[in-house]
Amino acid sequence: MLSIILLSVFGIVLLYLGFLKSRAVLLPATLFFILVALGAGFLEWNKSYLYFGDMLLVNNVAILFTTIVLLSAFMVVSLSGDFLEDENAQPAEYYAILLFSIVGAIMMIGYENLIMLFVGVEILSVSMYVLTGSDKRNLRSNEAALKYFLMGAFATGIMLFGMALLYGAAGSFTLTDIKGYIALSKGHPSLLLYMGVLLVLIGMLFKVSAAPFHFWTPDVYEGAPTLFTAFMSTVVKTAGFAALLQLLSVSFSAIYGFWWVMLAVITALTLLVGNLTAAYQNSFKRMMAYSSISHAGYLLIGLAALGQQSKPALVFYSLAYSVSTIAAFGILLVVSKQRVADGRPDDTYTAFNGLSRQNPLLAFILAVSMLSLAGIPLTAGFWGKFMVFSAAIDKGMVWMLVLAVLMSAVGIYYYFRVVIAMYFREGSSTHIQVAPFYRFVLIAATILTIVLGLIPGLFQNLM
Amino acid sequence: MLTLSILLFPILAALLVLAVGGKQAKQIAFLGALVELGLSGYAFFNFVPDATSQFSFDYPWIFAGSIRFSAGIDGVSLLLVVLTGLLTPLIILSAFRHTYERPAVFYSLILFMQAALMGVFTARDAFLFYLYFEAALIPIYFLAASWGGENRIAVTFKFFLYTIFGSLFMLVALVYLYFKTATPAGLHSSAIVDFYNLNLSSTEQTWIFWAFFVAFAIKMPVFPFHTWQPDTYVESPTPATMLLAGIMLKMGVYGVIRLLLPIVPEGVNLWGTTAIVLSVIGIVYGAIIAIRQRDIKRLIAYSSFSHVGLMAAGVFSQTSYGIQGALVQMLAHGINVVGMFFVADIITSRTNTRLLDQMGGITRYTPKLTVYFMILLLGTVALPLTNGFVGEFLLLAGVFEHNNILGAVAGLTIIFGAVYMLRLFQKTMFGKTTDFTTGFNDVSGSESWVFIPLCIMVFWIGLVPNSFLKLTEPAVANLLQFIK
Repeated sequence: MLSIILLSVFGIVLLYLGFLKSRAVLLPATLFFILVALGAGFLEWNKSYLYFGDMLLVNNVAILFTTIVLLSAFMVVSLSGDFLEDENAQPAEYYAILLFSIVGAIMMIGYENLIMLFVGVEILSVSMYVLTGSDKRNLRSNEAALKYFLMGAFATGIMLFGMALLYGAAGSFTLTDIKGYIALSKGHPSLLLYMGVLLVLIGMLFKVSAAPFHFWTPDVYEGAPTLFTAFMSTVVKTAGFAALLQLLSVSFSAIYGFWWVMLAVITALTLLVGNLTAAYQNSFKRMMAYSSISHAGYLLIGLAALGQQSKPALVFYSLAYSVSTIAAFGILLVVSKQRVADGRPDDTYTAFNGLSRQNPLLAFILAVSMLSLAGIPLTAGFWGKFMVFSAAIDKGMVWMLVLAVLMSAVGIYYYFRVVIAMYFREGSSTHIQVAPFYRFVLIAATILTIVLGLIPGLFQNLM
Repeated sequence: MLTLSILLFPILAALLVLAVGGKQAKQIAFLGALVELGLSGYAFFNFVPDATSQFSFDYPWIFAGSIRFSAGIDGVSLLLVVLTGLLTPLIILSAFRHTYERPAVFYSLILFMQAALMGVFTARDAFLFYLYFEAALIPIYFLAASWGGENRIAVTFKFFLYTIFGSLFMLVALVYLYFKTATPAGLHSSAIVDFYNLNLSSTEQTWIFWAFFVAFAIKMPVFPFHTWQPDTYVESPTPATMLLAGIMLKMGVYGVIRLLLPIVPEGVNLWGTTAIVLSVIGIVYGAIIAIRQRDIKRLIAYSSFSHVGLMAAGVFSQTSYGIQGALVQMLAHGINVVGMFFVADIITSRTNTRLLDQMGGITRYTPKLTVYFMILLLGTVALPLTNGFVGEFLLLAGVFEHNNILGAVAGLTIIFGAVYMLRLFQKTMFGKTTDFTTGFNDVSGSESWVFIPLCIMVFWIGLVPNSFLKLTEPAVANLLQFIK
């Protein structure tokens, strides 16, 4: 709760800091603000509070999801040094919008009331539309922003429609009231409720880019400035899945039989589309877009097999996924800047050719990220997949597990193309320089990935 | 604690190699491997021949101790631990004659590989086994793809995807089994022993049998999962080929003995014969291709494929002979195949060709090489009093006991083996010298030091097989109790 207030205030402060002559203060200030918000969140550890007229819940799971979001934001901001040098950029505004968007994400994580969910989704989405188009002189960025905005607004509309129907059925926006209504209806809730569930789910699945609502993802991810792509693919996903988890586990667990088939089909579709399409990409950035779709698929398994395992699995998976994804995008940012093809930064696989010789450290970090995303043992990503798969087995969804395993074999194919390019292909011999702080953040991410891969219990014990 | 040091020491040595780097890398790596050999030798000589797991340790690891970091050495593991301990220093020594780019990375990868292999052979927790099983793939992949031949990238990528694809099925099976177990505290257990006592329906057993089979069959490889193998062996640098053929393919056979047979005995009853048929096809098929090969490295690759088929067939026969034979033959085959690849490496690097047609008459210049080559060759073709005979005889006895006809067909391996191996020897060592082989240098001092221990082992196992068989016997008897 405190973090919401702090982040809002800090966002405004940042806007004013933008008036300063020197831009150098912005980055450390933003990082400091994020850390303060992170610390403030933990003040409420092991306590469970309801705020804003019982509309927002803060408990340990919410704090963990918030931590993942803030950690992702911290990493993204610390990799954003380039904005300070780019005269066309407005870093103060970017950082302020980032902080505001996190407020939205936190509301999506801990909502107890559908209104809160809607407000959170809107805050996050509108911030994302703006950031996607922030590279104003780039045609692709503009195109992406417009696409994202139109599709996103449409999805939000559908979700709002669904919420209205839920209200119509249950007479309340509060999650526990809806649950109570379902319990009272003795297995025969009104048709409005079913329609409402369906539409709200569609709206949310759009936000987390599950197939068949994923068509915006590759274009938007490719067009947006790389850093904001990193932010989008981690924070939005984490918050979106936290919101779905909250909705399904609190309100709709009694009608599991109604929605699980739909969700299972969507999960299977998402896994297939994400992985098979990613295997055909030549652009690293587009591959990461499809890979984010495929990871949405793995996370959806945890929801479709909703049970005791789901919560820890989703939290762990989001963390593992976020850390590796941001590190990968961070390295893409450095590398593509040095390679220009057709007047644009080169974000194809070939940009990574010979990276192991130009900068062994970067190559190692990217390799670990790719291993983790591919779910190779002894990385965090493996345990993420493991927990999600466990949830599926617990519910007896063996077919889902087999599909997911086959698809992760496909995943290994496209993630390893990057490793091959870096280690076994010849590239130019220019050395790639990285600022010390940038390097530090990437190393920290790698260490986290490996430590969580060796001792996943460290994080597990928190829940 | 001994097992723990066996697992951790190679990692420390590898890190040391990386830290020191440069010219000393290979010496340090060799010394590290020697110490590891000492540790596994200690285990060998102090092993009490019974069915228990010895020198073991056990720490809680993940999910409140449901998954444990626990390992130990029993009769089934022992010979493989010895094999890994023995071959690694020899493989490192055999690499001394080449200069590899970035030697520190090269040698440390070999040591990392050793650590992972030791882990596979000693793990007593199913997930620990799986982790090591996968972890072994990473160093060997980098070894093969960084220092390999021209076509290395595509070939090793196929190998990597193929094997990891197979082990993912094993992961599904393991997760499934894990959730079938229950401890009094309401948790699950992933100790391999706990998997042995599960009550599985025959449908479940069938599925799990095939999941395990695919994983291990790709690793070994068993026909028709072998297509990655010849190319990978040929394109990899020789030390990597030695690791692959000498030790890594044993992971598959070991996996069958450790996991597949005792966990799904009914599945083996239903499908074991199918598996044996596939293995026997592999024996004959591999041997016929080997006979027709012109490329020396490829010939040995196919011979290895043929030999491992017999091991697989013996294991699936579920007889004491078959399993004991497989354990001894794994040790023997590891020794022979590493020796053969070393011979091939010496010949190809001195003649600059891999084609048999372009060789001949080497024996005129090389008395020493001829002797070593002959000893290893006799071991490979399973001549009595050599190591190959003990293993293959027991294996054939096991398969024969299971099914006469399959046993008879599998027996062809001895005839075919003699054909392609003697052809190899004749084409390279005898006949007229060619432009490529004129002035061939005999083996040098350090090269001899690779051959001598191998040749000693060929005779030790061949003459006193009981010093190995008596160590494995109680463990195999115990295992068969679970199966019956």
